[in-house]
Amino acid sequence: MAEGSSAAVRLRGVEIGFDLANGGRFDAVAATDLAVGDHEFVAIVGPTGCGKSTLLNVAAGLLKPSAGTVEIFGRPLNDINRQAGYLFQQDALMPWKTAIENVAIGLEVAGVRSREARERAREWLARVGLGAFADRYPQMLSGGQRKRVGLAQVLIRDPKLLLMDEPFGPLDAQTRLIMGDLLLKLWSEDRKAVMFVTHDLDEAIALSDRVVIMSAGPQSRIIGDFAVPLERPRDVGEIRHDPRFNALHREIWDALRDQVMAAYRDTSGAPAA
Amino acid sequence: MNRGILLSLQILVAAATLVVWYLASATTIFGDPKTIAFFFGDPVSVIKRIWVWFSGGTIWYHLGITLTEAVLAFVIGAVGGVVFGFWFARKPLLAAVFDPYVKAANALPRVVLAPIFALWFGLGIWSKVALGVTLVFFIVFFNVYQGVKEVSPTVLNNARMLGMNERQLLRHIYMPSALSWVFSSLHTSVGFAVVGAVVGEYLGSAAGLGYLIHQAEGVFDVVGVFAGMFVLMGFVLVVDGIVTVVERRLLAWRGGNG
Repeated sequence: MAEGSSAAVRLRGVEIGFDLANGGRFDAVAATDLAVGDHEFVAIVGPTGCGKSTLLNVAAGLLKPSAGTVEIFGRPLNDINRQAGYLFQQDALMPWKTAIENVAIGLEVAGVRSREARERAREWLARVGLGAFADRYPQMLSGGQRKRVGLAQVLIRDPKLLLMDEPFGPLDAQTRLIMGDLLLKLWSEDRKAVMFVTHDLDEAIALSDRVVIMSAGPQSRIIGDFAVPLERPRDVGEIRHDPRFNALHREIWDALRDQVMAAYRDTSGAPAA
Repeated sequence: MNRGILLSLQILVAAATLVVWYLASATTIFGDPKTIAFFFGDPVSVIKRIWVWFSGGTIWYHLGITLTEAVLAFVIGAVGGVVFGFWFARKPLLAAVFDPYVKAANALPRVVLAPIFALWFGLGIWSKVALGVTLVFFIVFFNVYQGVKEVSPTVLNNARMLGMNERQLLRHIYMPSALSWVFSSLHTSVGFAVVGAVVGEYLGSAAGLGYLIHQAEGVFDVVGVFAGMFVLMGFVLVVDGIVTVVERRLLAWRGGNG
């Protein structure tokens, strides 16, 4: 899956570094190769601060890598990635627009007539279970509801690639399960390529086809790549009781544990990172 | 709290003040009523004076002048503030170069400008408008500047990923963010527009509420001064009420705390 020219995302030797205020340099990600196949759901897991979100920003075209190349569906990426939809960890909805306006905006800026955009936005809101909340402002929605609006906002543009940065991170455990199921349901309709960043290994295994493990930063790199041979459709809550899930979890956790410990050691006394 | 109870309590404060004032100026409880009436006027005469102004219709002319000046000052100052606020926020070099001058200009007490404006724009309404503009402009300017600078980076990146170009970002992200800051400072800026107008009139004019108060002071007409002040207070309350209604509509997305 990872090889072949049709990869949705192909990172080659991507390095990411930042200049620090004190004149030094922080190398967040060391030379990394990663390919995400078309229609493939890849979860990227690593300890906090390992640069997994930065990797996502590079694939989105929001951040230029300091070295290496990024190819999206075989074409080098130089600007914003127009084929990607990005679901952010933090609140990204426009607070001055209602739910339906937030969902419709992606179509409107692309030139779809406002009436048609609204109609389709209404359909999308219904699909994420928010049909009755179209005219609410984000401020009046719960965290989970805002994530649903965000999902509709991204998916309505029908991107060929989905980038997700711990999208369900701030939600409570039950809501995360529900959102995971909703995501899988919507995803199974056309199976877009997905890069899903999370620090929750359970979530990663339950959702994805492949789990990529990153080491603790600085200079983090990919230290493991595991296929998830669980059949679909899956129930995100139920699949955790599957023995194969547990076996895989143990295998990956063994690889990840040392890194998590390393991250704790490095951050517990050090000011930066 | 119940709105009715709140309103009755608010009216009670006014009534109590009036009663104390009346007792002081009409009875010997607080001292010689004649002296007190000379320095503070008495409520009955003040109310009578206000009644005469309104029933005779002369006050409307002055109110109209003050309102015109305040509205013009607000509109010109706000438009200028929005334009320059945007410009400076999008051009950091420009902002850095002009930063000390903007601060210096804003620190200048506006009263000292009044005679210069009278010299430049004459004694008509425009010198008062100019004074109000110097007050409103800076409030709006700083708020727009802040509003554009403090757009959440996540919201901005999200908008970019949704396919917005620079012009669409301006319209859907920067503009609403900046305007929300302007609207939240609406009470202050509208209040300052009125202050600019009245102070300008007070320092030299032939019409308006400030002129009315100044005329009365010139002849030791304490009743006229107090009557003028009360009309001004009522005027400001009405304007502020209108601003509240406008604000509630424009900032509906902020929910309860708008």
